[in-house]
Amino acid sequence: MNENNLLSLIIFAPLAGAVINWFVGRRVRNERFIGAVACGSVAISTLIAFYLAFKPDGALRSTQPVFDHLWTWIQVGRLRADFGLALDRLSGVYALFVTFVGFLIHLFAVGYMHGDKGFYRFFAFLNLFMFSMLTLVLADNFLLMFVGWEGVGLCSYLLIGYYLDRQEAGDAAKKAFITNRIGDWGFVLGIMLIFFLTGSVSFFEKPEHGVVSALQVIGTMGIDPFTWRAIFAGGITSAAVLLFIGATGKSAQIPLYVWLPDAMAGPTPVSALIHAATMVTAGVYMIVRCSAIYTHAPTAMFIVALIGAATAIFAATIGLAQNDIKKVLAYSTVSQLGYMFLACGVGAFVAAIFHVVTHAFFKALLFLGSGSVIHGMHHEQDMRHMGGLKKYMKVTFWTMMMGWLAISGIPFWAGFFSKDEILWQTWSASGFSLPAPGWSKALWFVGAVTALLTAVYMTRMMVMTFWGADRFREKHIDVQHSEHEKGAHEVHEPRESPLVMTLPLIVLAVLSTIGGFIGIPYALGSLLSQHPTNYIERALAPVVSEITTGGESTHESPNSTVISEATHSAAEVSEERLLALVSVVIAALGIGLGWLIFQKRPLRRMPTILEHKYYVDEIYDAALIEPVNAFSREGLWKIFDIGVIDGFLHGLGQVVTQTGAMVRHLQAGFVRGYAAIILFGALAVIGFFTYWSI
Amino acid sequence: MGPQLSWYLALSAVLFTIGVVGVIIKRNVIGMFMCIELMLNAVNLTFVGFSSYFRDVTGQLFVFIVMTVAAAEAAVGLGIIIAIFRNRESLDVDDASILRL
Repeated sequence: MNENNLLSLIIFAPLAGAVINWFVGRRVRNERFIGAVACGSVAISTLIAFYLAFKPDGALRSTQPVFDHLWTWIQVGRLRADFGLALDRLSGVYALFVTFVGFLIHLFAVGYMHGDKGFYRFFAFLNLFMFSMLTLVLADNFLLMFVGWEGVGLCSYLLIGYYLDRQEAGDAAKKAFITNRIGDWGFVLGIMLIFFLTGSVSFFEKPEHGVVSALQVIGTMGIDPFTWRAIFAGGITSAAVLLFIGATGKSAQIPLYVWLPDAMAGPTPVSALIHAATMVTAGVYMIVRCSAIYTHAPTAMFIVALIGAATAIFAATIGLAQNDIKKVLAYSTVSQLGYMFLACGVGAFVAAIFHVVTHAFFKALLFLGSGSVIHGMHHEQDMRHMGGLKKYMKVTFWTMMMGWLAISGIPFWAGFFSKDEILWQTWSASGFSLPAPGWSKALWFVGAVTALLTAVYMTRMMVMTFWGADRFREKHIDVQHSEHEKGAHEVHEPRESPLVMTLPLIVLAVLSTIGGFIGIPYALGSLLSQHPTNYIERALAPVVSEITTGGESTHESPNSTVISEATHSAAEVSEERLLALVSVVIAALGIGLGWLIFQKRPLRRMPTILEHKYYVDEIYDAALIEPVNAFSREGLWKIFDIGVIDGFLHGLGQVVTQTGAMVRHLQAGFVRGYAAIILFGALAVIGFFTYWSI
Repeated sequence: MGPQLSWYLALSAVLFTIGVVGVIIKRNVIGMFMCIELMLNAVNLTFVGFSSYFRDVTGQLFVFIVMTVAAAEAAVGLGIIIAIFRNRESLDVDDASILRL
């Protein structure tokens, strides 16, 4: 067993940073000190993560995970949960990009949050988030993962509501937290059901601690039938669906996606780190981690694919019509997460993780770029008041352009490979998790349309922000602005952000450009070289389950570590190349369309229904929140609280008062009366004993 | 035939009853006080009677305790009576019925 105590330092370094910033930083209030502690602690995590992943017997080089068993956390009856960390190939990939992207965003935030009076608080929370996220990723069992899962939810809440003086930030924070709670309910039930089915909550076999792996136990079970009834049968499918409910909450899928766009009320680095690159992909991580469960539950996989595809296209259409630069990116994130779930649903777990990684690069880049724009525009987020920024913010423009090309799926940028992989896997999905063969083509079509829409709305965003007239010179006639800008309206020229902000942009731009080369599919790689290597697939294939039509799973079976070139038939390769070509055409078409439509008229009115996000918030308000409020107000408050609880207490009080009013006549204050009462009392006692005793 | 136990007990009962009735019907606080003393001493008489009957000195010891307590009680009680009299200019207990001074 590969034990290494350094592993716990990955999570405890950011925790220490959070503690130092909270207790020392709040007194020192020196931005250099706080920034150094925050970035330094994450840098330590990053270095250790890279060391443990790439050292000769490291997590990504051997099939043996690196373990760090800290202590036995809970042992009650059959239930055993350790505070144990494990770095295998999957959590290794996650830990690498979480720490690395997290470090860059911390660095960016030092510049972005400059001058904010809650500087120490912000970085304490941000470090606490890193601690929670890494706990989630590195946990070796469901329960510890759930601790991290809740921890990131808490930090998300704290950071969305970071601007304490803004009503909408507080509301958004509550919305995020409550929506996540709904998902967590499913997750907890899922964990319970898995424990019920397997008697374990661990992901890994740890023989020296007597721990069996829940996933391997599931792997030995039969595959659930593909029926709707299986969802409610209390078997593997039920567990898979419950876990997916948890994932919809954390990863913002229909129907629980509504919190993510509102979460943009937080500072932009938070949006980049938590609501784009890391936390929201936790749902994907969990599902891939549990791939052994999903490959035994075809119905659940079909649901995952359906929800993913629906979310992808739904959010993409909304993203078309948003005017707030961060809202566009938020809906884009929801849409891209939909892609990842679509991949999980068709069994392409590696492609999902690949897209998580590339998405972390380009979406963090885009968010940080938007943060740089917002910073340069003096906290203006409305794209209608931007325009022409490419003259003023050259670095931001060029780096965001890389992100734009990556997310649109232009070849050789990172997004192209991962998105194309997902689309191809969807197209060629086996009938295992789909009711009819036509479904794979239908899902592919949805994905392809989403890709088109993605290119269009990203082009719209870029055009509105960086090209066209300098609309920020025009007088704002908004009601809010007219109040305090009534007099001489001063135009603040946008200015480029400092190096501490542009440096992360540049690094992420490079990664968004070349990051895709870790996962070139065989069909494309073989065009260039004889023996192309798909690094990410080679790394991850051993730790995810593959769909098997037979009874046994190939989870961690030795022969799946070798991806032989023989598995690629010539017909498949040419089909995949054709589809890649289609993807390129779609991306180019999307950018071209976006350019044609919005270059001339960047302020073109979009359909009202899209601008209002299909009125989903209003529908939720009317269908769920208002009834709950009404029931709480009329039922719980006016009837139960006032009637029953207050009624009981008031009734009790009245009974006491009335009894007192009667009994008080005994207390006349006449000494002789008391004497008489004592006499009769004594006589009664004596009489009692005389008659009834002896 | 000398005095028997029952004679002492009868006398004690009569004295005690007089004391009880006196406490209940008397309005004068000093009278009530005396009646209380009467009850105490009626009890003392039973103690002494039983003590000699059983040839056991414990009862007589207890009488001393009762007398000591009665003396203390008399001191406190007279103090209260003086306080009430200064306040109310009266020794009628029914005038002191409002549960405060």
